[in-house]
Amino acid sequence: MIRVILPQHLRALAHAASEVTLDVEGAATLRSVLDALEARYPMLRGTIRDQVTEQRRPFLRFFACEEDLSHEPPDAALPAVVSSGAEPLLIIGAIAGG
Amino acid sequence: MSQVRVLVGTRKGAFVLTADGRRDKWEVSGPHFAGWEMYHVKGSPADPDRLYASQSSGWFGQLIQRSDDGGKTWYQPGTPPEETPAPGPPNAASNRFVYDASDETGKPLTTHQWYDGTQHPWEFKRVWHLEPALTDPETVYAGVEDAAIFRSTDGGKNWKELSGLRGHGTGPKWQPGAGGMCLHTIILDPGNPQRMWVAISAAGAFRTDDAGKTWRPINRGLYSKYIPNPTAEVGHCVHHVAMNPSRPGVLFMQKHWDVMRSDDAGDSWQEISGNLPTDFGFVIDVHAHEPETVYVVPIKSDSEHFVPDGKLRVFRSRTGGNEWEALTNGLPQRDCYVNVLRDAMAVDSLDQCGVYFGTSGGQVYASADAGDRWAPIVRDLPPVLSVEVQTLA
Repeated sequence: MIRVILPQHLRALAHAASEVTLDVEGAATLRSVLDALEARYPMLRGTIRDQVTEQRRPFLRFFACEEDLSHEPPDAALPAVVSSGAEPLLIIGAIAGG
Repeated sequence: MSQVRVLVGTRKGAFVLTADGRRDKWEVSGPHFAGWEMYHVKGSPADPDRLYASQSSGWFGQLIQRSDDGGKTWYQPGTPPEETPAPGPPNAASNRFVYDASDETGKPLTTHQWYDGTQHPWEFKRVWHLEPALTDPETVYAGVEDAAIFRSTDGGKNWKELSGLRGHGTGPKWQPGAGGMCLHTIILDPGNPQRMWVAISAAGAFRTDDAGKTWRPINRGLYSKYIPNPTAEVGHCVHHVAMNPSRPGVLFMQKHWDVMRSDDAGDSWQEISGNLPTDFGFVIDVHAHEPETVYVVPIKSDSEHFVPDGKLRVFRSRTGGNEWEALTNGLPQRDCYVNVLRDAMAVDSLDQCGVYFGTSGGQVYASADAGDRWAPIVRDLPPVLSVEVQTLA
């Protein structure tokens, strides 16, 4: 079980709580977690990764265990404590704009 | 009694304003999608309870929202919250706007002109305008940035580009205006389902006569002194175009500078700026029952995007242009420095035509007597991006 913490606007869009839990088949990576998140909440499709390029939107970052994972390869294994559910994966929107 | 429903898109959410036919007492609902930029909200003429909304954000990209109950509840087409997602890949294609790159139709659609004159690839940014079809609530057109037109025939679930517009040949000469390279105006001909018009900043106006398969520029008569060839076939910064549905051959245009009209469906244009204090502006609209009565809101200049002399004035021509009168009753006539953006004016179709517009200061003004007297419906919304109105039986 993977725990994911969503920014406020995406919680509202998904009608979800701040933290959602996901079952991920196989190795937990950024790609597999986001695939599972979008399968569970299809309304989030395109809001975290561009629909066409699948690139992370530039004003969003991924953090876990106080580390910035945003620039990790999408198929790199997430930390074991994230895979085990001990620590959440945080999707964070930039504190920017007006 | 008849009702009107005013759909307002703002920088920080959408609002639905409703009143009965007297239009003197208003209920305000919203914000819907608080915090999101709502570029446009528009209802289907075929089913007034069907609304489409463009929701976007610099953080989370573009979404399309749809309401089937007149704006009480909303969902992304294809992903109603009560529906259990089907197994397999996510089905949320309602915000998937993919430029046609097929060998058959999309191959030449590669680049447009960038600000510095170099060629630049098309990149989808947002939906500026949604135009529901006149007779089918499931069909809706989207005008997007970078400029292109898309169509959905399944209520917004899936979108396909009408690539003949970008591909007709002048695409590499189009360039972005200050607000981006946006397709902001879509007009459907009620008498001819094969014909529609679009307008793009900064490319100009275009028309199709075969339901979107092929397009051609219709900019003859436009003069733009700020481009290398002021009478070029494309490159004009058209801000908005309006039409009275009873007379689809007659079009009115607010260009970056100059107010124009065409009496031949856009084949040629004549300037009708006349005695306007400035012919720069964004909005233009036409009275619902008097096709020669036209409204604009002059803006001081392209470097000072606010009304001249601190006075918010709508100008009305009852002669199809050239002779304009200032409408000021109920509008601030001192210390006012707002703008009115291109999609932020609309008219209702009650016997006594109502006119509505929203400002960058967050006010939405209404006139229930064709512009003679104005009153604010609301004063303190976020900056208004768009105003549409539905006249309900």
